[in-house]
Amino acid sequence: MARSNKPILWLPFAAGGLVAALIIPVLILITGVLLPLGVLPLPYDKVAAFAQNPLGKLILLGTVALPAWHAAHRLRMTAHDLGLGSGLLVKAACYGSAFVLIGLAAAALMMI
Amino acid sequence: MSRRPYIRKVQRTWWLGHRRYVVYMLRELTSLFVGLYCAVLTVGLIRLAQGAAAWSAFLDALSSPASVALQLVCLAFAVFHSVTWFALTPKAMVLTLRGAPVPAKAIVGAHYGVWAAVSLIVLIAAGA
Repeated sequence: MARSNKPILWLPFAAGGLVAALIIPVLILITGVLLPLGVLPLPYDKVAAFAQNPLGKLILLGTVALPAWHAAHRLRMTAHDLGLGSGLLVKAACYGSAFVLIGLAAAALMMI
Repeated sequence: MSRRPYIRKVQRTWWLGHRRYVVYMLRELTSLFVGLYCAVLTVGLIRLAQGAAAWSAFLDALSSPASVALQLVCLAFAVFHSVTWFALTPKAMVLTLRGAPVPAKAIVGAHYGVWAAVSLIVLIAAGA
């Protein structure tokens, strides 16, 4: 049987879809509604303490990395649906930007 | 002999032709807003690593009217992603319990339950 790289792309896609579905709406509610309204001030000490904790780092990295991969894979498929092609350029733009985001998030978390 | 396979021309606006296709395209485009918000989160982590002053400036930027408007659009698409993602889970995984398939409603319902629990935990952790 021909080998396929699809499971490697699919597994984080599905995991990212689930993580995005579960956690992204409440995060936007916090940063886009409750913070501007002054309900949740998100003080530096508290957020930094969470990001300094190893488990907190892992949760934050998963919250960025998995949905970012999910979005990259789905955008690649959508680009094809929209007739934008499915060549190397589309792949590089989608997965490339996901890798950049994941790398930046990981680097930032290591420095906190 | 050269092959000339027939490739039917597809217009880029094909998905505007039917309501179902529009909903499909809106569902797929949720990924654009999920990706966009991942970028916002990444910027937040970078600003957090830069210290208290940078974090405070980031919070101010999040609270600007333009940024709130963008986040509300992201929120609408994110919720649409959640609803459509939960709706497809019973189609993607068929669970059986003691030989009988678990009803689709139970699988979708369980996802909504976990969604509510995760949202509550995040709100409490954020200090609500």
